[in-house]
Amino acid sequence: MSQATLSLSRTRHSLAPLARIAGLTVCALLTLGPVIWTVSTSLRTPAEAFDLPPSIIPTSPSTEAYRGVFDQIDVWLLALNSTLVTALIAVGQMITAGLAGYAFARLEFRFKKPLFGLVLATMMVPLQVTIVPVFLVLKSMGLTDTLLGLIIPAFPTAFGTFLMRQYFLGMPKDLGEAAMLDGCGPWRIFRSVYAPLAAPGLAIVGVLAFNYHWNEFFRPLILETSGQNYTLPLGLVSLQGNLGTGSISVVLAGVVLSMIPAVAVFVVGQRPLREGITSAGVNR
Amino acid sequence: MTNTQANTRIPDARPKPSGAAPPRPAPRASARDRGVRLLATLFLAPTIVGIVVFTVVPIVGSVVLSLFHWNVIDDPSFAGAANYREVFTDSTVLVSFGNTLVFMVLAVALQLLIALTLALAVNGRMPVWLRSVFRSAFFFPLVLSAASISVVMKYLFNQDFGVVNWLLGLVGIAPVPWLTSENAAMATVILVYVWQQFGFSFLLFVGGLNNIPREIHEAASLDGATGLRKHLNVTLPLLSPTLLVASVVGIINALQVFEQPYVLTNGGPGDATRTVVMVIYESAFEQLRFGTASAVGVLLFVLIMAVTAVQFRLSRRFVHYQ
Repeated sequence: MSQATLSLSRTRHSLAPLARIAGLTVCALLTLGPVIWTVSTSLRTPAEAFDLPPSIIPTSPSTEAYRGVFDQIDVWLLALNSTLVTALIAVGQMITAGLAGYAFARLEFRFKKPLFGLVLATMMVPLQVTIVPVFLVLKSMGLTDTLLGLIIPAFPTAFGTFLMRQYFLGMPKDLGEAAMLDGCGPWRIFRSVYAPLAAPGLAIVGVLAFNYHWNEFFRPLILETSGQNYTLPLGLVSLQGNLGTGSISVVLAGVVLSMIPAVAVFVVGQRPLREGITSAGVNR
Repeated sequence: MTNTQANTRIPDARPKPSGAAPPRPAPRASARDRGVRLLATLFLAPTIVGIVVFTVVPIVGSVVLSLFHWNVIDDPSFAGAANYREVFTDSTVLVSFGNTLVFMVLAVALQLLIALTLALAVNGRMPVWLRSVFRSAFFFPLVLSAASISVVMKYLFNQDFGVVNWLLGLVGIAPVPWLTSENAAMATVILVYVWQQFGFSFLLFVGGLNNIPREIHEAASLDGATGLRKHLNVTLPLLSPTLLVASVVGIINALQVFEQPYVLTNGGPGDATRTVVMVIYESAFEQLRFGTASAVGVLLFVLIMAVTAVQFRLSRRFVHYQ
């Protein structure tokens, strides 16, 4: 597409931007299409869900499918589980990454370099490679099939630590030195001078954590065996598995319900999310 | 783990998990230094202890487990290299490595190509609001869950009543068995994965393009470079550090693909879309063969390290820093 646009730009200057924008519009529609289809199908009656051509605006809008979701799975319980897990991990990561990032950026101590190297190296280790031993560690702690078993291992974040270190490194050193001359101890310098300035960086860590763990599937699939500990993605996939055909709109209504918080975070946290991704090329 | 290992060089070093933390200060250290070190210990403890318990120990654990037969119920028995021998002769495992490599090459190539094209296009002249609409649209699938998106895609790609085949029917193309034929299934998994993931590289490229000083392009235009030539000879070399990051992250993520094949095809038809991570999941948590699963995990780890190392090697020749 860009090649066509570019060759156009050589001949007709006024046409090129239009062709480019038209191409981008088509791509944007392709990108958003499945999501639009999901929302519109979830608003159709289960009987009309198979209709082709799919009408983007449902002919007879109905919330029947949404009622179906609430009948078939305990949406409130799943949402509560997901919220608890995601919120605690996000807060936990903001705390651990904020503290460790500050230590690596602004405190002097022995073994700083090797320890930071260790943190960076773990960014390279895929979760799937360690999942069997992690499962056994959690089992020995009695944490399999509990929400805590999902939460605790997710507290340390190598990427978040790296990000916060960069963030603190970007702050002027003079601030801390001035506070030190005024008689502030190391804790006061952190608490009163640097920590308040770190809020935007912490927001990036929190939003990234929320996005990742709200949607997380692999760990919950392995760790949570009883239905009352399921999170939303697990519940949805089981919703699809338990039902035969004819209930697409119910499944899609479930998908829409689970998307709402993610979309809300996208709207509110778009900037921090984008910055988080752009800033280093996240290894999630 | 290491309580017995007294460190003779630093008499008051702590046992290993917190040995990660700094040792107590020498007697002559000032009160301030002591304060700083104490603070550093406290600040690092949660992260370092967590990383040791949930990453470092499990890596070692994986290697050890891969040398044992174990089904969780009976006592583990030493197996030596048996698990590895088994893995190298098990056709499902071998096929899964092949699938994963094919998936990686095609998915990453497609993802980078789409992302780069769109980033260049979005970077062109247009109203600011329009640019941010496009940027948000391409980035949106990233915030959705791969598992539930795959559920959606399973309906869209259904051979009989899916929207995709209906659309193709409009232009006279016969229905494609997207998820049920061996050849098409892998292509579908790749499409779904790329659809959700390309926004990631797209954002990296948009950031990278913004970092290229405008004057360089202007100078190139003055020298007579236009269109594609300008992009190939000027933009791409300047973007090469971003390309490296995007491909390294893209490859590491692609080698770990799980949700899409698990939900869309459950590895089938046959083993056509079974990936390495699916094999790890199935052998450990469905068949309770923890030793086999660990051996496959160790091999995946080695593969990731090898691919990344090769990439950095190659990049020395192709990546230009300003």
